[in-house]
Amino acid sequence: MILVSWINGFLAAIGAATLGMFASIGRVVIFALSTISHIFRPPFYPKEFAQQLLHIGYFSLPVVGLTAVFTGAALALQIYAGGARFNAEAVVPQIVAVGMVRELGPVLVGLMIAARVTSSIAAEIATMKVTEQLDALTTLSTNPMKYLTVPRVLAALCVVPILVGIGDIIGIMGGYFVATGRLGFNAAAYLQNTADFLEIMDIISSLVKGAAFGVIAALMGCYYGMQSDRGAQGVGKATKTSVVAASVLILAANYTLTELFFSA
Amino acid sequence: MINVENLHKAFGDNHVLNGVDMSIGKGESMVIIGGSGTGKSVLLKCILGLITPDSGTITVNGKDATKGDRDAFLAQFGMLFQGGALFDSLSVWQNVAFRLQRGPLKLSKTDARDVAIEKLRRVGLKSDVADRFPAELSGGMQKRVGLARAIAAEPQIIFFDEPTTGLDPIMSGVINDLIREIVVEIGATAMTITHDMSSVRAIADKVAMLHDGSVQWTGPIDQLEHSNNPYLDQFLNGRAEGPIEAVR
Repeated sequence: MILVSWINGFLAAIGAATLGMFASIGRVVIFALSTISHIFRPPFYPKEFAQQLLHIGYFSLPVVGLTAVFTGAALALQIYAGGARFNAEAVVPQIVAVGMVRELGPVLVGLMIAARVTSSIAAEIATMKVTEQLDALTTLSTNPMKYLTVPRVLAALCVVPILVGIGDIIGIMGGYFVATGRLGFNAAAYLQNTADFLEIMDIISSLVKGAAFGVIAALMGCYYGMQSDRGAQGVGKATKTSVVAASVLILAANYTLTELFFSA
Repeated sequence: MINVENLHKAFGDNHVLNGVDMSIGKGESMVIIGGSGTGKSVLLKCILGLITPDSGTITVNGKDATKGDRDAFLAQFGMLFQGGALFDSLSVWQNVAFRLQRGPLKLSKTDARDVAIEKLRRVGLKSDVADRFPAELSGGMQKRVGLARAIAAEPQIIFFDEPTTGLDPIMSGVINDLIREIVVEIGATAMTITHDMSSVRAIADKVAMLHDGSVQWTGPIDQLEHSNNPYLDQFLNGRAEGPIEAVR
């Protein structure tokens, strides 16, 4: 009898968690669809959009640059060391280029944006909710979805691909400096090999991933900010959950897009 | 002007509003009193459409508040929030002129700023406050800015949510007097939520006492002290004993 009761409780817990998960997915999808519908309906807030371009794009450049340069540099060292095991040290420029542009550039920039931008958006909007600023917006005939979510999501959509492009270039340059400075590669040959090996589809996939990751990062920040519970704890929880959700979704989207672009 | 009939709202098992009936006439100043957690703020948010009631009807100027153009409906209202709810990222004048820089009431930046400075002056703030940010102001100044924002577009109806919470008695008196003067001056209908009796006496034409999610007593301010209502009597005298259960 106790065993049956325990099994029932166990199954009920699994069922409740599963239903909760699907309910959460449903709410996020509805939020995303609502955001898309608001993008095309006035009023529009160009000033807020421009501000977000600056916040999400320009101010993320240092963290993106530093992440990319160290990753590219470490990648060159690893490929050189790994390639030496089967006399393939010469592939460093090609592998650094394809590794940075196809995978590491977009993923690391996406994760850095999740850390820097998603957390900031979630904390800001959650605080606005807790202090009734979202209610105040509504009473002033301003839809928070249009005023807060749409400018952030659109700005991320526009600016994160540019950040990814910059991250790709800086990452390749990180590999270049290590390869030419420490590993004895010829500078001109390194750059020529990089340029020859990269294909246009590598670059397109990188930028498309950047756009998708930007939308995910901004959307998660806005969604969890607006869903925040009351109090400091609510703001903290919203911030933490938004970063976790954005990071996991970025990695999942990265796999899906890699399948779409590069599966045989 | 505002009619609420048999309004119900529950959050899970917590029935916050249990059939609220209330009527506020044009130009009248209604103050709703009651203990914490009795549903005063929920009632106000239901009228504004920030919370959807489970059942009941709300009409404003004879029109169902839940139907029709939301922007036109909300354009009738101004609201002073309990904590001010000023937008941190905007300067004081941009907060006050928020509605005047968007939508059908949109003015040029210069005109909006002039109106904002005039409204700030009306609530006793000098023009040098205009370019400061809300975080740089004291609690009393934030309330005044919130009040200036509430009246910036000269609304027909103004809601005040706990207007004196967190203020010292002198500043509370100043804010109460300002509210009364401004409501009379622009001829607005006012609804105030408070448990500060000095606010009630300064602001109210009519008073409604909310408890257990329904109106226990309503009447003109001059009958407040002679109501013989046990709920109101206990509340006014601040007694722990009576029909309102006080947890010690």
